[in-house]
Amino acid sequence: MTDLAAAAVERVYREHRARMLAALVRVLGDFELAEDALQEACSQALRKWPRSAVPDDPLAWLLTVARNHAIDRVRHAAMARTKLEPPREVVPMNDKQLIDIGDERLSLIFTCCHPALAEEARVALTLQAVVGLTAAQIARAFLVGESTLAQRLVRAKRKIRDAGITLEVPADHLLPERLSGVLAVVYLIFTQGYTTRDSSLRQEAIRLGKLVASLMPDEPEAIGLVALLLLHDSRSATRYTDSGDVVLLEDQDRSRWDFASIDEGVRLLDRALRFGTPGPYQLQAAIAAVHTQTPPNWSRIAALYNDLLMLAPTPVVALNHAVAVAMADGPALGLALIDEISDLDHYHLLHAARADLLRRLDRLDEAADAYRRAQSLATDPADRRFLAGRSLELGNR
Amino acid sequence: MYYMLLIYECTDRPQPGDPGFEQALERVNAYADECRRRGVFVAGDPLKKASTATTVRVREGKTMLTDGPFAETHEHLGGYYIFDCRNLDEALELAAMCPMAQTGSIEVRPLDHIPGLTHGVA
Repeated sequence: MTDLAAAAVERVYREHRARMLAALVRVLGDFELAEDALQEACSQALRKWPRSAVPDDPLAWLLTVARNHAIDRVRHAAMARTKLEPPREVVPMNDKQLIDIGDERLSLIFTCCHPALAEEARVALTLQAVVGLTAAQIARAFLVGESTLAQRLVRAKRKIRDAGITLEVPADHLLPERLSGVLAVVYLIFTQGYTTRDSSLRQEAIRLGKLVASLMPDEPEAIGLVALLLLHDSRSATRYTDSGDVVLLEDQDRSRWDFASIDEGVRLLDRALRFGTPGPYQLQAAIAAVHTQTPPNWSRIAALYNDLLMLAPTPVVALNHAVAVAMADGPALGLALIDEISDLDHYHLLHAARADLLRRLDRLDEAADAYRRAQSLATDPADRRFLAGRSLELGNR
Repeated sequence: MYYMLLIYECTDRPQPGDPGFEQALERVNAYADECRRRGVFVAGDPLKKASTATTVRVREGKTMLTDGPFAETHEHLGGYYIFDCRNLDEALELAAMCPMAQTGSIEVRPLDHIPGLTHGVA
């Protein structure tokens, strides 16, 4: 019975943690209090369920115990603080209402990704509260000290409580901007998993993206983001050699791509595009999808980058557009486009792309210079090795 | 929750008689009207220039006065509003609607409520 009860607690917690936390934050307006209360409810369940029985509705049981515990704590704290003041009012609710709150995970996500929090805090809080990673796991994934990360989380939770950030889905007129903030957090988590080659972090990002998309089924950009992440992830096994060297897309062993992810990504992209409102994530997913074809249709990729450039006119997109044009219409045209880009002189890939085009135009001295510049700007060791190798192929110039 | 909007201006505000003064006044009044219509307006005033400020400190019983504002920052506090909002989102939205946000910066801070304090709007 003890094992059975413990397994029941564990299962309810694992399956419904985010949902219970969301319901409690909503009622209590306080992350830390909600987390403590949920912990307390779980330890009470571990003590009591073996002796009585697993309740018919374990979720309701846990939420009721957690809420009562939190209310007690608030009352006690108020009484200890002052006798002048009645205890701070916790939203009065009967048990039935608390359970009827339903699925507030979307509100939880919007709160964790609130633009009044620092970007790094949004990422950390989302990973902790929504995904369920521990502070130690998040610290490891983002290569920061655990105490730094713990402080970041506490500061964010207190700002939410003290500055009056309420747990809710933003009003319609704020929704587009706030949703793009949520999607940016998901994308940041994925790219962190991409640069640090942490596949479990990438999987968490994909799962989180799917959760957002399933909670907002009418948002094509949310679906497009999931498609993009799946398509990127499908090639993760072939991006580097066993010794950790960069493998260019055209040299990758396609038989080792994850075709299940590619299929799923393409299917989701089709679904997103049927809404008829292509946004930056859908366009990037479309580009990634064309890249999976052999040989890729570079005119199509160049056209998609051109569309993306209209929506998101950043120098990095302009660089990608230039490279696609070079592949479709020749290196001279691509190089002319690269040389029009400003504000990107510090970016190693700009110089790497220039070097490659100069090499193809037989301007080898200039190519060697550009490779050296790229190598001096690259920070990733695998990128540096790749650029050094290219530089070497040109000989001493 | 009550929020104070602290308005840090990066440019001199137009004075009566200056070109653009009437239009600026109209914009600010329309903003306050909108805030009243929403039922959030509590208070709001402009401050005179930072050059009119005197800073007071009392140390060991001695009052010390310094000419000028406390913070030697580039942008000086030029005025404030106090709004009674449903949550931070509403306060941030009102701050973004404020005409002064176009040229200056607006810091949004919740008012604190201390148990036993006998005054304050919060």
